[in-house]
Amino acid sequence: MKYNKRLTEKIIEYLLFIVAFSALTCVALIVIFLFYEGLPIFEKVGFKEFFFGKYWYPTSDPPAFGIFPLFIGSVLVTILSSLIAVPIGVMTAIYLAELASPIVRKIVKPIIELLAALPSVVIGFFGMVVVAPFLQEYFDLATGLNLFNASLMLAFMSIPTICSISEDAIYGIPTELKEGSFALGATHLQTIIRVIIPASISGISVAITLGMARAIGETMVVLMVAGGAAMIPESIFDPVRPMPASIAAEMAEAPYRSDHYHALFAIGIVLFLFTSAFNLVADYISYKYKEKGSATL
Amino acid sequence: MALGQSKFVEKLVFGIFRISAFINILALTLFLYFIVKNGISAISWEFLTSPPKDMMTKGGIFPCIVGTFILSFGALVVSMPFGIGTAIYLSEYANNEFLVRIIRLGVNNLAGVPSIVFGLFGLAFFATYLKFRVSILTGISTLGILILPVIISTAEEAISSVPSTFREASLALGATKWQTIKKVVLPAALPGILTGSILSLSRAAGETAAIMYTAAVFYSPHLPKSIFDPVMALPYHIYVLATAGTEIEKTRPLQYGSALVLVVLILLMNITAIYIRAKKQDKV
Repeated sequence: MKYNKRLTEKIIEYLLFIVAFSALTCVALIVIFLFYEGLPIFEKVGFKEFFFGKYWYPTSDPPAFGIFPLFIGSVLVTILSSLIAVPIGVMTAIYLAELASPIVRKIVKPIIELLAALPSVVIGFFGMVVVAPFLQEYFDLATGLNLFNASLMLAFMSIPTICSISEDAIYGIPTELKEGSFALGATHLQTIIRVIIPASISGISVAITLGMARAIGETMVVLMVAGGAAMIPESIFDPVRPMPASIAAEMAEAPYRSDHYHALFAIGIVLFLFTSAFNLVADYISYKYKEKGSATL
Repeated sequence: MALGQSKFVEKLVFGIFRISAFINILALTLFLYFIVKNGISAISWEFLTSPPKDMMTKGGIFPCIVGTFILSFGALVVSMPFGIGTAIYLSEYANNEFLVRIIRLGVNNLAGVPSIVFGLFGLAFFATYLKFRVSILTGISTLGILILPVIISTAEEAISSVPSTFREASLALGATKWQTIKKVVLPAALPGILTGSILSLSRAAGETAAIMYTAAVFYSPHLPKSIFDPVMALPYHIYVLATAGTEIEKTRPLQYGSALVLVVLILLMNITAIYIRAKKQDKV
């Protein structure tokens, strides 16, 4: 009986050990299958032509598989949405952690969580039917589905990520630091700028990185709202076609294992590498600056 | 005068912070206002309980609601054993710091994978390589992987917040480690695990890009008969109605109605999760 018990314990521990690698296994499988289906395109199209080619005409004859305009589209929506989302997200975080009364905090935090939970397809829909007509009329544009609208909707989605992670970082700062600053005669604003932000800068950087990663990988919003033109835009009111939108829009029409199909998987590889890089950076920052108590700050 | 010393500047800057927070509330309010205002008129008993009719220009969204429930609960069933198992291992067993860091890196990395990449993976691995085709099985496997990081991190947090005195008391009574986990730690962590499960359920229910090429169809004349059938799903339904077809303007009320149903479903799940968590915090 006793022997059995010990054996069961051991078996369970090994089982859990194996299970613990499930996430890692999934990442490995994702990498393997993305490359397996994506790499064949490079037998037909050179690396340089694929990454820097200015024309994405996958269904023309002869087809052109240059993802540069799609890549630029992704970069631009990410930058533009960050310009909106970072200040609002970080300032909201400071407000919640430093200024808001406990009751306001208790009300606003769940609201931001609910914002984070809204499905992307519905935000895309909102951008299409509410924001686009408004932009079109107000700015007298040919179409309201453009770079600006997509960035606005993406900002709407990354603010909650940026805000809640920053808020955690700011809220976690030891009170001694604040009290020390106040004791030296600093005002609350001076304390925020000189003490609180520097002390939580690693957490805020992680928040911004993850927020940007979310924006670059977001699919439905850019698919529905960005306008879908695979060209390099000249103004923020031009339509664009970021990488995720291309994959989602074209996979249906790409014949199984055609060049187009492989090219879309290759875009998937690029997207995966990008978001992984962002996540590794975030992981590195939070690991390196792991809070070790107020003494080490 | 040093930067930020003047009361006026301080007031001004704090005012800007306050406005930023207010923008969030305004955004959610505006969003809900437009969806509810335009969607409420489409909602009727018939809309919720009947299938689409006349080439999708009339009728209801019953099959989409059913499909969304199947996909999200299915994903949870697939994902939970792995997610909770990983969380138990990380918080109760793991003692090699390097190993923990590698596992965590995998979890974080998975959490950052864009949903369309999950869709590609599901298509290449489950649908094509394992020959599951475009089906519920492919969809719930893909979504299961997508929500795995959420389940792991919420469950781990819940498990590690169980006070160590609970474990010590159980071990002192002669229980083994696994008995302690099963009878003491997991029950105590249940509210937290439940919160995480509801959150991942809502994540799976709202997901579109990951099911587009793995599980969802635009129209199906009957409800799925087995897990090898494809399904209709609310998010995909909204996307297709809003972007494809010749009657986009005509079906606008249906689009708003479907969007409203999805938003209400997801907000309800999230409010439940927030409520459970708040109640637990009050107790501690």
